[in-house]
Amino acid sequence: MRRFLMCPPDHYGIEYEINPWMRREHPADHALAAAQWGNLYETLGEMPDTQIELVNPAPGLPDMVFTANAGLIKGDLFIASRFRYPERQGEEEHFERWFASHGFVVETLPDALKFEGAGDVLRAGDTWFGAYYYRSAPAALAAVSEILGEEVLPLRLVDERFYHLDTCFLPVGDSLVYYPGAFDQYSLTVIRGMFPDAIEVTPEEVATFACNSVVIGEWVLMNTGAPRLCAALAARGLSCVTTELSEFLKAGGAAKCLTLAL
Amino acid sequence: MNAFSEIVELKGHIIDSLSLPRVLDAILAQGGEFEFESVSIGRTRAEQSVVKIRVSAPDQATLESVLAYIEREGANRLDQGDAQFVPAPADGVFPDGFYCTTNLPTRVRINGSWLAVERIEMDCGIVVADGRAVTTPMNHVRAGDAVVVGHEGVRVETRPRAREAGVFEFMASAVSSEKPKTVMIAAVARMIAETKRAGKRVLLVAGPAVVHAGSTEAVAGMIRGGRIDLLFAGNALALHDIEAAIYGTSLGVSVKEGKPAAHGHEHHLRAVNTVRGVGSIAEAVRRGIITRGIMYECVRAGIPYVLAGSIRDDGPLPDVITDTLEAQDAMRAQIPGVGLALMVGTTLHSVATGNMLPAEVEVVAVDINPAVVTKLSDRGTHQAIGVVTDAALFMQELARMLGEEGLCAAF
Repeated sequence: MRRFLMCPPDHYGIEYEINPWMRREHPADHALAAAQWGNLYETLGEMPDTQIELVNPAPGLPDMVFTANAGLIKGDLFIASRFRYPERQGEEEHFERWFASHGFVVETLPDALKFEGAGDVLRAGDTWFGAYYYRSAPAALAAVSEILGEEVLPLRLVDERFYHLDTCFLPVGDSLVYYPGAFDQYSLTVIRGMFPDAIEVTPEEVATFACNSVVIGEWVLMNTGAPRLCAALAARGLSCVTTELSEFLKAGGAAKCLTLAL
Repeated sequence: MNAFSEIVELKGHIIDSLSLPRVLDAILAQGGEFEFESVSIGRTRAEQSVVKIRVSAPDQATLESVLAYIEREGANRLDQGDAQFVPAPADGVFPDGFYCTTNLPTRVRINGSWLAVERIEMDCGIVVADGRAVTTPMNHVRAGDAVVVGHEGVRVETRPRAREAGVFEFMASAVSSEKPKTVMIAAVARMIAETKRAGKRVLLVAGPAVVHAGSTEAVAGMIRGGRIDLLFAGNALALHDIEAAIYGTSLGVSVKEGKPAAHGHEHHLRAVNTVRGVGSIAEAVRRGIITRGIMYECVRAGIPYVLAGSIRDDGPLPDVITDTLEAQDAMRAQIPGVGLALMVGTTLHSVATGNMLPAEVEVVAVDINPAVVTKLSDRGTHQAIGVVTDAALFMQELARMLGEEGLCAAF
């Protein structure tokens, strides 16, 4: 059984600007956002062997809908995020309370190191990768590695539009889909060395948040607008399942940001 | 290695991720340099690596920008601890492992803040008391004084030298007898003028060659003209000068004619005996026994002089300080405010003075023997500029350029 955590978009909106996608003069259509979130919830729920848990949304925390940033999960261990921007720091207590009351062991990082959970740390193949620069601190990745007792390879982000690792780096099976323009040359050398068969996404398709997808077996659940990637995935026996998430792109997130694999 | 440096730590899976080369490349690209202080590579895939890197830069501003840049790449400044102190075990004895000073501006970290060390001098210790850190010579330390040990919490800085390009630039190169003397002497004349303009004092450290090679008048003229503010010498220079003032000879040889005078070898001893008879050089000047020369001009102008004794001295003159530690202290007491030290024709006094000078004091060493300048540098006075030439000719030309001979009023 695959379990996911989602948060209904009751309080979702563009209320501040903490990444280049957010512009208060381009507000989200609340009804449309609610409908898109509902479609995602249903589509995900219809996938084989999936179950969705919900955390109650809190007023004044519009980004709580992006549960992937709550923390990092490994088994029953939950490493709580410490958000870089004060606008999101209020989410921390809600998520910690939910995980503590749902049987997870909650760990926090020392020295209030900035860390944004499964938004920045992902497992690809048999290796954890952690992104830093815009949100998580490099020292946080070392601290996470200590808690996990596993290697976490730091990757350096260089394009502020792709401020979280999960906006430009999508592990698929033993391989990877990624956008090269989001990483510096050192990190590209590492990625290309470890994933010689990785699929590179075009600048046009990465802007549709094609990398911000949820992989369930041979299914890849994503926003619309990335036919080339879907064709490349199809050549490897994977199928795209698309659902329109335009209202969430206005805040810089899509399918992966809206779900947290438990 | 540049003088401005900090130690940073980079930790994590920094090898396979190329984080380490990224940081090292960034240091170089930003104008810094690096040296590894320690390297610990994880032995398993899960184990992290930790490297400590000393990052340095030619100036503080560059260092700060390098550190700020690499901090975002995960290289964090190590929180350096406070300086450690141990009580001195006995009078005149530092504790084992005492921090040995340089002649560069130094700070020590006490209770988390960096305190400037007072009275910079090389080859001493640092004693901390009452919120002050003071450079202290070995013979001055007292049992129980808190002496800094080890290198932790001690930071040495250098200021970029404010020396103009051109002549000064090439003079800063290795000692050579091949350089155009006139250009170099003109540069020294300009240094004297600049030192005076900056409100600092000019120190002359001179050996007896200045007198017996015939440049007494040049030096006396420079003192009279206010170009020299302080004199360090030994018994020999003062006594040769006084002998010349009284008898017209230096070690019995006529300074003007270069011929030995009858019973001239006795002049030296008769001169010192005369001054000993009246109690001091100043008294001999007051009584009209000494009526010209270097010491005469010093007394007349009120220029302080320190005459340090040595084992081969005749007499010595009553003003000579025969206890070497007392002589060192008398010299130290005069050093604050000195901006330029001119060391002419003496190895012993040059090295002794060089040992006491902070690195920011300009040093020009003039000697016919290039080894003197080399020796100064080897003993830590790295700022010394060498002019390899005859001491007397140098002083005469310098005095002429400074306008004391009425030939040139360039300054």
